Amino acid sequence: MRENHNLLNKLDWATIGTYLLLVFVGWISIYAAVYNEASRNIFDLSQRYGMQAVWIASTLFLAIVILFVDTKFYPVFANIIYTGVILLLVLVLLVGTEVNGSRSWFVIGPFRLQPAELAKVATALALARLMGAQGFVLKRKWTAFKIALIIGLPVFFIFLQHDTGSALVFGSFLIMLYREGLSGWVVNCIIFAAVIFILSILWQPVSTLMLCVIAGLAVFAIRQRKIIPAIVGAIAIFVPYFITVKKLLPALDIHTPHPDYIFLSICAALIIIGAIYAVRRKLRYFGYICCFFIGSVALTYSVDYVFDRMLKPHQRDRIENLLGLKEDLQGAGYNVHQSMVAIGSGGFLGKGFLQGTQTKYNFVPEQSTDFIFCTIGEEWGFIGSFVVVVCYLLLLIRLVIIAERQKDAFARIYAYCVLSILFFHFAINIGMTVGLAPVVGIPLPFISYGGSSLWAFTILLFILLKLDAARWD
Amino acid sequence: MNDYSKKSTLITGAFFFVTIVIVVRLFWIQVVDTSYKVTASNNVLRYEMEYPARGLITDRNGVLLVDNQTAYDIMVVARELKAFDTTAFCTIFNIPAQQFKTTVNDIYRRRRALGYQPVAVMKQAPAEYYAVFQEQAYKFPGFYAQARSLRNYPRPVAGNLLGYVTEADTATINKNAYYKPGDYIGRSGIEEAYENYLRGKKGISIYVRDVHNKIKEPYQGGAYDSIPVAGVNLICTIDGDLQEYGEWLMKNKVGSVVAIEPATGEILALISSPGIDPRLLVGINRNFQRMQSDPLKPLFNRAIMSPYPPGSTFKVVNALIGLNESVVFPHTRYSCYHGYRIGRGVGCHGHPSPIDMMQSIQMSCNAYYCYVFRDIIDNPKYESIEQSFVQWCDYVKSFGFGTRTGIDIPSEQAGSLPSVPLYNRTFGEGRWKSLSIISLAIGQAELGSTPLQMANLATIVANRGYYHTPHLIRGTQDSSFVDKYRERHYTMVDTAYFPVVVGGMYRAVHGGAGATAWRAMIPGIEMCGKTGTAQNPHGEDHSTFMCFAPRDNPKIAIAAYIENAGFGATWAAPVASLMVEKYLNREVKRKELEKYIQENAPLKKKNNERKP
Repeated sequence: MRENHNLLNKLDWATIGTYLLLVFVGWISIYAAVYNEASRNIFDLSQRYGMQAVWIASTLFLAIVILFVDTKFYPVFANIIYTGVILLLVLVLLVGTEVNGSRSWFVIGPFRLQPAELAKVATALALARLMGAQGFVLKRKWTAFKIALIIGLPVFFIFLQHDTGSALVFGSFLIMLYREGLSGWVVNCIIFAAVIFILSILWQPVSTLMLCVIAGLAVFAIRQRKIIPAIVGAIAIFVPYFITVKKLLPALDIHTPHPDYIFLSICAALIIIGAIYAVRRKLRYFGYICCFFIGSVALTYSVDYVFDRMLKPHQRDRIENLLGLKEDLQGAGYNVHQSMVAIGSGGFLGKGFLQGTQTKYNFVPEQSTDFIFCTIGEEWGFIGSFVVVVCYLLLLIRLVIIAERQKDAFARIYAYCVLSILFFHFAINIGMTVGLAPVVGIPLPFISYGGSSLWAFTILLFILLKLDAARWD
Repeated sequence: MNDYSKKSTLITGAFFFVTIVIVVRLFWIQVVDTSYKVTASNNVLRYEMEYPARGLITDRNGVLLVDNQTAYDIMVVARELKAFDTTAFCTIFNIPAQQFKTTVNDIYRRRRALGYQPVAVMKQAPAEYYAVFQEQAYKFPGFYAQARSLRNYPRPVAGNLLGYVTEADTATINKNAYYKPGDYIGRSGIEEAYENYLRGKKGISIYVRDVHNKIKEPYQGGAYDSIPVAGVNLICTIDGDLQEYGEWLMKNKVGSVVAIEPATGEILALISSPGIDPRLLVGINRNFQRMQSDPLKPLFNRAIMSPYPPGSTFKVVNALIGLNESVVFPHTRYSCYHGYRIGRGVGCHGHPSPIDMMQSIQMSCNAYYCYVFRDIIDNPKYESIEQSFVQWCDYVKSFGFGTRTGIDIPSEQAGSLPSVPLYNRTFGEGRWKSLSIISLAIGQAELGSTPLQMANLATIVANRGYYHTPHLIRGTQDSSFVDKYRERHYTMVDTAYFPVVVGGMYRAVHGGAGATAWRAMIPGIEMCGKTGTAQNPHGEDHSTFMCFAPRDNPKIAIAAYIENAGFGATWAAPVASLMVEKYLNREVKRKELEKYIQENAPLKKKNNERKP
């Protein structure tokens, strides 16, 4: 009893309170989303809200069990759990059931289990085990490879299941890696690459390249405090380019469909001149600039290939709809359009519980799972949406605080894994319902219908709470 | 601040940033941008029309001319469609199986897109089919019948004046917000003119529907719903029996008969032959196209649209103008030597000579009116021929010629009157005189008058000087339009001059020797009439006749015009006379005449000649 009493005192109740609130919001939102006049009982097991009650009950039981498991268990068994889950991922490819195009479910009677959800927990544990070990240094090549392998294996198998959304979640570990020593440059480069990816779809290559040059020169000017050389460089590139394109070519009556080639030629010429100058003056940073520029060019021209060849048609459609290149309200854009209609029609105060017409009459597909936020947006309005969004923010900030107060590296790294995953789910899921992110089939943590995801998020969170409670032991 | 805590702050900052972006976006779509609210209600509301019954039309005696029949649109809900016995279905409705199968297969293929939105597979199936279908409806899941109200005609008469009802076309729908696709609208005749009375008010039910178009509940508990209001019933001035009898008499003849009650301007019969059998234009069929391409133009309402030369009936007008202008007097006598021998001359038939005015009408003397007309035009009272001619035209217009009478159905034509500019163009300015336009004396040349205008002339003479606007609708079930038509339109001729003309017309029927319209005589009825034989440059002369009866307190004024039938006395007069007998006595005793009219119809004769 004494020990239990201590445990209760040591638990982070702010997190648990937020967690319970979100779970409850989820339950009544599912009730509203699939509300059925014929069976109003919220415990009716033939309905999703009844089943969610079962999931909540079982998940609370699971949470209590986790709190009683010794903290030593997790680092010790992390690799075994990880191996087991990888085996499940392989097994689901062989004997799994296909739902909505992804072969990622075990179906046993009325229950369905998605091992990809558990893979998040297992990978978080395995990463914490690896990186939390004594004498671990992130920047060694061998350890970098190990980290890549731990993250890459589940991603590989989940991709094979055609569950792109769940696979993308593993990209969120970048946040943890950043905190644990990954250079800010890597993160910046990844963000920059993402921006170039989007711009290449939207713009002509020459415009993207110009932006790259301007960005590169701006960084150079600020970092190296060389404002005048940067301006000189900009003039050296843009003036000849515009003279060629606007004056010279029309005068010669030449119309090129590829002004970007001219731009590249000018840049290449300048780089060669610059390189000779740099070698003489032994200016090292010039190499970085070259690398940056060549990287940008390579990325810009590979985007078309990636976009047209590597993405599936429906993924292309979703991205094009998101970027406003296509308006296809009946096809790929239907979900997002209906979702925004539902949320937008909620207004400031919402239509009231069970009063959402878009929700009640099934205008939004997948409304109890991936698009559950529409129900909140429509029935509780801006106020309700705001409260839920703020709850997530508070939870995330609380988890940062928890992570930072851990003395044990394992617990801290694990905590960052948890908040990385939660943040990714939160941002992408709500972002997609309001048309800010592409449609990626991932659930809203604690709120979306589904046993596997509720279990996975609860396990993730409560292992952390247990580790946190035991931080003084 | 060490590197790690800096990083954790940056991470926290990123969380804040993303959250703020989401909140701003939510605020934008939920509070600022209202378009999503509109889309949401469009998503969820379904408007269902309930069609009212169209107003009925009865004749002046309360006998139905038009009522409604129910037909059924067979609808199918694609989402509820299952395999069924197509052969049984086709047997019920007597339709070709192959085409029906194609239609149904197509609907089945589109069932996802159509959802619970019903689609019509058959429009306006008659009630007999519907009864059989209802018995076997359980065999056809997803199908149901929707009642539509169609027009029904207890007797196949008066098609041209009643008009017809059809589905509103796109142009109408775009122009008038009341009409939606699938609505019915009146076209031509009374149906068009009184559309606003007849159509009633559509009912609307607003329902909340789900994504599959399935109705879930009434919107706001039905607060915005309305029930349909049936159309207003109209009372027509037509005498159904007279109309039917007239149409029967006019069989195999091309022309028109118009009968008016002089005291009120109510039209008793308005016949255009060949006309429309209104039953043929009910519902969806190809009859309309067929009628449109018929060379005899049954859709063309001759009674109000065809400008015929009035012929000798017009002498009455010139007589009255002459009397009013004091260029001729009832006792003025002129000689006629088989015509008027000045200028190109105008021929005349054999009759005693000289004659006074009454006799001139009785015997329809052409020469007499050449004198009268020249005196009117060459009246020294006026400074120039233009002036006197304009005056003459004004007189003629005051009799309702050359201008629309204002009958209450659309497409009425004004007919035609010559004018000074016309003659200036034809003869050159100042180069025409009364002799140039002498044909006007006997109602020929540039005069064009609709049968309605001729009947109106008969009305004016019957009333001794005035007419009421001729009309077809007396009122609705609960309000009378009588006040609208109370006004008397007087001509420019003093009413004192009319008895002479009436006397002449009386003698034209009852005058014995020399009476041109003796065939129109009805035993026991004092009838006044005037025949006309309008010269037709394109073929045989048109036969025309106008009359009214009884002489005092006339109950009916009538004009008959039969194309290419020869003398007015032989065709138009008997037709008009039989109709007067029918109207006044309710029964026709002159069966011989009836038979003669029926059997020797000009059109029939012509057809027989053509056949070897």
